[in-house]
Amino acid sequence: MNVLELNHVKKTFDGKLEVLTDISLNVQKGEVVAIIGPSGSGKSTLLRCATLLTAMDSGELSYMEQKAAWNDDSGRAVYALDLKKIRSYFGLVFQNFNLFPHYSVLKNLMDAPVSVMKRDPQEVRTEAMELLKKMGLEDKADSYPCQLSGGQQQRVAIARALAMKPEILFFDEPTSALDPELTGEILKVIRQLAEEKMTMVIVTHEMSFARDVADRVIFMDGGVIVEQGDPKDVIEHPQEERTRQFLSRFADR
Amino acid sequence: MNFSNLILQLFQGLGNTVLLFVLTLAFSLPLGLIVTFGRMNKWAPFHKLKDHSANKFANALSNLKPIQLIFRFFISILRGTPLMLQIIVVFFGPYYAFGMKLAASYRVIAVVLAFSINYAAYFAEIFRSGIESIPVGQYEAAQVLGYNKKQTFFKIILPQMVKRVLPPVTNEVITLVKDTSLAFVITYTEMFTIAKQVAAAQTTIVPLFVAGLFYFIFNAIVAWGMERLERSMAYYN
Ligand SMILES: Nc1ncnc2c1ncn2[C@@H]1O[C@H](COP(=O)(O)OP(=O)(O)O)[C@@H](O)[C@H]1O
Ligand SMILES: [Mg+2]
Repeated sequence: MNVLELNHVKKTFDGKLEVLTDISLNVQKGEVVAIIGPSGSGKSTLLRCATLLTAMDSGELSYMEQKAAWNDDSGRAVYALDLKKIRSYFGLVFQNFNLFPHYSVLKNLMDAPVSVMKRDPQEVRTEAMELLKKMGLEDKADSYPCQLSGGQQQRVAIARALAMKPEILFFDEPTSALDPELTGEILKVIRQLAEEKMTMVIVTHEMSFARDVADRVIFMDGGVIVEQGDPKDVIEHPQEERTRQFLSRFADR
Repeated sequence: MNFSNLILQLFQGLGNTVLLFVLTLAFSLPLGLIVTFGRMNKWAPFHKLKDHSANKFANALSNLKPIQLIFRFFISILRGTPLMLQIIVVFFGPYYAFGMKLAASYRVIAVVLAFSINYAAYFAEIFRSGIESIPVGQYEAAQVLGYNKKQTFFKIILPQMVKRVLPPVTNEVITLVKDTSLAFVITYTEMFTIAKQVAAAQTTIVPLFVAGLFYFIFNAIVAWGMERLERSMAYYN
């Protein structure tokens, strides 16, 4: 079953800058997709369209075979009136974490399940503590985000997203805001999630990570998918000239 | 009149000063938040007229935000004219404009009303700058987690806003303590009114000095309280 179906997404900013030109992306349950591509190629915009942060101009979007957006007669995207259920299917991990600074780590994890999903606080607390343990942060439950390192904050952000039990988790350059020595701890966590068959779409510049962890790599440039396929094929034997050019910049890594 | 008698009289005035201070804060802070909502209202009934052609009139009309405009207008009047004038207008306005005879008790109502509206305008602008300083990522994180608009505002944005606006709000609150003395223009018997009366009757400046000391002590207490409040929110940044 496809967890995510995105068809023919178009997005233009300010009526002129065409950022996404006809992108389609389906993600199956348990699949890990890595999106690579130069800066400005529209990777973030694609994730933002998928997570309903940005409205696409036209295109179709559905999660778990439930329609979130479709085209009307004039070919413009219209969104479902009630997106609450749809939102519960996905989570997003931001480049700069976006934790709630006034909440403790535990409250960051617990608040949405309790106040959005109306779940039992005791049960949520137990699960949140398990998640923190999994992230190696069980002793940080009562800390505040500002007391944590960048790597720890990003692990809290991942745990916060997981606490909502999403079907699919999006990552937008989850290690780009971190010092190089801290990226490893985040990649390790994502690797572990991949082993547990979490469905994920990861925008990343970590090529060796993408090659090792992803089931499929997508190379985007200029608002289109230039090339996609098995990670080893795309990263080690790219077919397209643009992909080769882009990857050559990472050759020394 | 001896000194302890003077102190006693000023203390009676101080009661009215504190009453005005407390009521003004109690009304102007929530009212300020409501005014902020109006000031930040983005409703633009003609936004569909927006085109990218050269029609300047249609473009200008498409940007028109009537609610925001009304609030901006009132805020600029309230901040741009003397509070003393506003007190007079609120107190005498109903009589001069409509010939309404108002009971003596209207004096308190008028003074609290004038102060609350005036301070709401200042608080609104402070709140607005606080809200606008919250990173957009906070809204986005909340939205992805499924918070609705109300939850996002009250659980995520407002608490962070309060922390950020505390220093400028403290400034306003300290100014308010001193501004209460302006209520003398409609002979609301707060402390300064009494001090002036006693000073005039006995041709001595001592009552004014003592009143000044009282304001100073009042503000020292206010500053102490606000500092504690600030410290109680210092657990994050
Ligand atoms: N809100 C926006 N308004 C205008 N232009 C935008 C906006 N968001 C992104 N863009 C533009 O869209 C293009 C793609 O951006 P983005 O999706 O962030 O690329 P990437 O994540 O691949 O670096 C860039 O040229 C960027 O300047
Ligand atoms: Mg990006």
